[in-house]
Amino acid sequence: MGTKDSERILLERIRAGDITACDDCIRQHAQGIYRFAKRLMRNDPEAEDVVQETFMNAFKGIARFDGRSELRTWLYRIAYNAAMMRLRRRKPEFVPLPETGLAEDSALMPRQLFDWSGLPEKELEKAELREEMENAIQELPDKLQVVFIMRELEELSTEETAKALDLTIETVKTRLHRARLWLRERLSGYFASAEPASPK
Amino acid sequence: MPQENCHDLLDGLSDFIDGDASAAICAEIQRHMTGCEKCRVVVNTLRKTIELYRLLPGPEMSDNIREKLHKSIDFSGFGRK
Repeated sequence: MGTKDSERILLERIRAGDITACDDCIRQHAQGIYRFAKRLMRNDPEAEDVVQETFMNAFKGIARFDGRSELRTWLYRIAYNAAMMRLRRRKPEFVPLPETGLAEDSALMPRQLFDWSGLPEKELEKAELREEMENAIQELPDKLQVVFIMRELEELSTEETAKALDLTIETVKTRLHRARLWLRERLSGYFASAEPASPK
Repeated sequence: MPQENCHDLLDGLSDFIDGDASAAICAEIQRHMTGCEKCRVVVNTLRKTIELYRLLPGPEMSDNIREKLHKSIDFSGFGRK
């Protein structure tokens, strides 16, 4: 049975009120939604709340799911909205950046030209590097951050990311590209400052 | 990336790395990189940044959290089984 068929059957079971289908849905998608929520909320209790809210809202609103996107995409959309509500409450001063805000543009012109591209992948075993990379995600401008997490870390397609965030495909591509440049700049600074221990 | 056309190529780098750029753009970027050490560094470190993030293990949901989640979802008035 293909993924689409098994998802259609799962949805039919959820719509029919089958609680075991809800359990199956949670088993399939909770890990990804939790990872996503944890990176947005940056703490466990709120990430757990977002995950709980996501599944509750999804099951209650399953009749509204029109199947134009994958179920997973719809769940990420609900999780994103739940996380944003909480972040706005946490940061009442939160004001969205303008489309071409300085923070988003600041890394568009590469400045760090230290070549660390020979870094072996096993360096990722080091907790310090993993922490640095997670911190860099947290420092990304909000609009770039969510696109980067969905596209690169949760591996949603460009189309599914656009659907989940109500953006155009072009906007998703532009933001992903900016996020990558921003992170390259950030990591290059990190490796340059640790130059004696780095590969080149 | 101090040269004028280095900046012109910047917008196309993600497509180039993802293999989504047209043959003409790929050829232009490759030709440029041959003579521009700085752009080579930018492309190589950008590619490495993407590779590392794809390998970065994400936060894991513990069994404890998973169990709490199952218990916390209120199915009353929802299910038939």
